[in-house]
Amino acid sequence: MAERQQKSKPTTSREGESVVESAPTVTESGEKLKAELDDLLDEIDEVLETNAEDFVKSYVQKGGE
Amino acid sequence: MALPKVCGIETEYGIVVRGADNNPVSASSLLINAYLAAVAHERNRTGQARVGWDFEDEQPANDARGFSLDPMLAPEVETTLVNAVLTNGARFYVDHAHPEISTPEVRTAREALIWDRAADEIVRSAMDAARDMLPDGAEIIIHKNNSDGKGNSYGCHENYLLSRDLPFGRMARQITPHFVTRQVFAGAGKVGCELFDRPGDEITYQLSQRADFFEEEIGLETTLKRPIVNTRDEPHADAQRYRRLHVIVGDANMSEVATFLKVGTTAIVLSMIEDDELGDDFVLAHPVTAIRQISHDPTLGQTVQLADGRRATGLEIQWGLLERAHKYEQSCGLESVGIDVGTDVLKRWEAVLTGLEREPDTVAHQVDWVAKQRLISGYQQRHGLRPNSPKLKAIDLQYHDMRLDRCLALRAGLETLVDSDTAVAAKSQPPTSTRAYFRGRCLDKFAADVVAANWDSLVFDIGRDPLRRVPMMDPLRGTADQVATLIDESDTARILLDRLGETN
Repeated sequence: MAERQQKSKPTTSREGESVVESAPTVTESGEKLKAELDDLLDEIDEVLETNAEDFVKSYVQKGGE
Repeated sequence: MALPKVCGIETEYGIVVRGADNNPVSASSLLINAYLAAVAHERNRTGQARVGWDFEDEQPANDARGFSLDPMLAPEVETTLVNAVLTNGARFYVDHAHPEISTPEVRTAREALIWDRAADEIVRSAMDAARDMLPDGAEIIIHKNNSDGKGNSYGCHENYLLSRDLPFGRMARQITPHFVTRQVFAGAGKVGCELFDRPGDEITYQLSQRADFFEEEIGLETTLKRPIVNTRDEPHADAQRYRRLHVIVGDANMSEVATFLKVGTTAIVLSMIEDDELGDDFVLAHPVTAIRQISHDPTLGQTVQLADGRRATGLEIQWGLLERAHKYEQSCGLESVGIDVGTDVLKRWEAVLTGLEREPDTVAHQVDWVAKQRLISGYQQRHGLRPNSPKLKAIDLQYHDMRLDRCLALRAGLETLVDSDTAVAAKSQPPTSTRAYFRGRCLDKFAADVVAANWDSLVFDIGRDPLRRVPMMDPLRGTADQVATLIDESDTARILLDRLGETN
């Protein structure tokens, strides 16, 4: 099952290569995931709506379906 | 043998207008009209008449349990709003106060994913086209989500072809455990809770966008007292032979793997039920309670009660369903869902359950709620935010923002299964495997002669009186294999109809 899971790991995701290592130790893969997440959080800081409170407050939808 | 699981996805999108009048109905109309105008311009056919939707065969008030609702209570069908059929066989329209895209009917989960991705691309093009029609600085922003966080929900529905011979009661009982537990991999994740009696500081994060909104086990409603199994009996096909199961319980997924698995696993479980190979082992004692309990526990440790008194986690029930699916593959085969696609579904289903069981973070590239949770908790820790900070809810909403420069899901490293060329091509090209091929090709080639279209017919005006309606009561007739040559060789709609008349 472990092998199967490794095979199905992402091949085309942006950060793919950082998690597709064939048999990383837990620490290494944990560190890579953390580095990936740090980059991601930097990017969120750049693109997140500037006034989050207003954005969330004004996001009102009508019920649908 | 189970019928081919012809299927499709309908997505209602969240819509906001920035810098102009924020009326969701007129904004939805503008969005769709802008897209249609842009497509027509691209095709250099600005003079062409738009093909509208034909409502003659719609019966949304018919109930699969064998009765019909009072028309006064029937779900509303807005006939006056924008409603277009696209050359890929999809429908792009205004539903209540949301833009909605129904994919063409397709034969496999893989195709459902491709045309769902095409819908993403259509919505992005529509936002760009609308921006050009709005005042400077104004824009329409679309979210592929299911809730505004304030108790208002809108759906992402799926549809599956079933045999009319399948007893509805047994089907509803046996599919419910999958509908309640598939959220462990198909949930899109939500910050907070929208139940009146469960304040957001108690449930700060949950698996599903939709679980809070389900109040009944079975019923016809879609907007109030939503049922886990919807009974709308409107097959859009020969009602003597077919049912269409209208599934309203799911979340809209940003993850392609999640969309693929949501549709693929459901098609397999329905096939098992149709062949009576599933049984009642997983029937739940209290499905409405269970769907919320599972959604409200991202540790996945919560157990729910089965009808026979046992308790099991959502993951355990999913493992049980997967085991049955493997047996079903051996005993009956996976022809009903497409053998290659079905095999891939089983492989990925097992991988995602394995990952969720070990450590959910390992499936952060496949499962939306895990991907989103990772962003939320990472951001919370970095900035020392409280769990109900609006910034975290903003991340939740922006995960689903369809603008390329804002969408957080696109930045979350999600695994892709469909390359962008394929998704873009599917904006205008129909699937080859169902009657959607006939619909899409006719709309492309004979647009000026098609006056109306719906799921099970096309109406032509070729200058003779009366109009000619071509019925398409079988979703599996009208495929490329059957009609591509005929359409290729017919220079006009009149020739096409004459030749169809000869073959019928």
